[in-house]
Amino acid sequence: MNALRNFLDNVKPKFQEGGKFAKFRSTFGAFETFLFTPNETNKCGVHVRDAVDLKRTMIVVVLALVPALLFGMYNTGYQHFRMTGELADVTFWQIFFKGFLAVLPIIVVSYVVGLAIEFASAQMRGHEVNEGFLVSGMLIPLVMPADVPLWMVGVATAFAVIFGKEVYGGTGMNFWNPALLARVFLFFAYPTKMSGETAWYYNYSSEVAVDGFSGATPLAQANAGHYTDFCDAFFGLIPGSIGETSAVAILIGAFILLYTGVASWKTMISVFVGGIAMGWLFNQIGSADNAMAQLPWYNHLVYGGFCFGAVFMATDPVTSARTEGGKFIYGFLIGAMAIVIRVLNPGFPEGMMLAILLMNTFAPLIDHFFVQANINRRKKRVTIKA
Amino acid sequence: MSSKKNKEALLTPLGLNNPVTVQVLGICSALAVTAKLMPAIVMGISVTIITALSNVVISCLRKTIPLRIRIIVQLVVVAALVTIVSEVLKAFAYDISVQLSVYVGLIITNCILMGRLEAFAMQNEPWPSFLDGIGNGLGYAKILIIVAFFRELFGSGTLFGVNILNYDCVANAGYVNNGLMLMPPMALIIVACIIWWQRAHNKDLQQK
Repeated sequence: MNALRNFLDNVKPKFQEGGKFAKFRSTFGAFETFLFTPNETNKCGVHVRDAVDLKRTMIVVVLALVPALLFGMYNTGYQHFRMTGELADVTFWQIFFKGFLAVLPIIVVSYVVGLAIEFASAQMRGHEVNEGFLVSGMLIPLVMPADVPLWMVGVATAFAVIFGKEVYGGTGMNFWNPALLARVFLFFAYPTKMSGETAWYYNYSSEVAVDGFSGATPLAQANAGHYTDFCDAFFGLIPGSIGETSAVAILIGAFILLYTGVASWKTMISVFVGGIAMGWLFNQIGSADNAMAQLPWYNHLVYGGFCFGAVFMATDPVTSARTEGGKFIYGFLIGAMAIVIRVLNPGFPEGMMLAILLMNTFAPLIDHFFVQANINRRKKRVTIKA
Repeated sequence: MSSKKNKEALLTPLGLNNPVTVQVLGICSALAVTAKLMPAIVMGISVTIITALSNVVISCLRKTIPLRIRIIVQLVVVAALVTIVSEVLKAFAYDISVQLSVYVGLIITNCILMGRLEAFAMQNEPWPSFLDGIGNGLGYAKILIIVAFFRELFGSGTLFGVNILNYDCVANAGYVNNGLMLMPPMALIIVACIIWWQRAHNKDLQQK
């Protein structure tokens, strides 16, 4: 550690004003603050700073994603061998390694493309490099299907970082979740690679699927009237995007996020409440012909990306509502909208992505009303006393 | 005939005073007709003709039009011209008029037209008004063509309907046409990129 610190102190002057590499100041700063807590302080005014800065916060989220990631790797391998019909002949580690090989390139592409754009734009504007992409870069692979072509991941990441984030001014200024923007871009641009029966299986096109193999996700099957067992979907050995299948792994992540206080329990709980309420409502009043409406409400929570979206996407502090009361409404509407889209629009079996992006758009409006209500309440108090 | 002012009326709408990218007018039709190049070009030409002619007519009448009902008079003139263009298209380019569908008729409501009539033709002689109409129409057409070029190339893999990217070897390399390009949001994003590029290169256009 000391050697590293000394090395950084040695080269630092070169990157400061007037140094040889002054142009690359922000790149250097990014690496330095990544390794060590910065020792720079504000020169004016009083600033109370927590020991947990943005980088540390982001790392907690990445840690919380690890269970979902590891399980996603295993499940990718598992689904691959289920497709080829070799499941009985392979060991646990073979399955995991296969999935690892499938998922790792997606992670690498997402990080390389995203960070390259982050560094370039910070460099161009002379800003510090922001660490927001550490999380987005991990979220993007987890919401991709296993068989997505790598160049598409690259294009989508570039689109999301440039149009979702940099044009608004970088981390903290974006009002859509960049990872979801990457997914929604691919979903509409290349629907054949993002949904359907084959996208979820690594190397589907080059390897022969076993006879009688059906690849539909639980949501697609539910659309056709066949409900996957709650426990199977809860543990997560089902086809789906890499990180979204296992509610168990996601709940471990949720526990980490809530225990460290990084994510808001208000948003998370209200997404589930919204989903349960709307799912239950459809169970009561939905038409008997609509298989999705008849899907028991508890199954909605474990199918598709509901859990993943509720825990990792809806709680994104930048794009969610920021007023405490607003978080309840924001979360509730996400859960409710997701179920509404699932049930009423057979074209979109998965509603979570669209619901979250929609509510991201409305989050500032929700905040506005809560802030305004607060102002009005206080104004009233003032006039009464005067 | 070709004074400095007239040249400006003709040329600035192509660049520094472009109706779409600088004044941000006429966006609606720029989204609607740019999925393919051919309709975009026809639309650009139609708007150019209508803007130029309506500018001339209104400019000739400008001293006799009562100010209070000028919008109605302008609309009547534009509507007549739009109807003529629409009929001509139906007669000589039926396929394209089908593709453009209601958007030819909707040229009546194109903000560029009303904007030029109000801002220019009502105050200027017919000849400069004509040049202004041509310039603005071409400025609009220019943006439409750029947007349609990217949307058709990456969305359908063709240009003017001619196959560019849809070959087996390209498909085997993993390339897939981008479906989002065919949807209106992508036209907005491409227009936004053109505006971005233009403002980045012109200090005058940057907002303080």
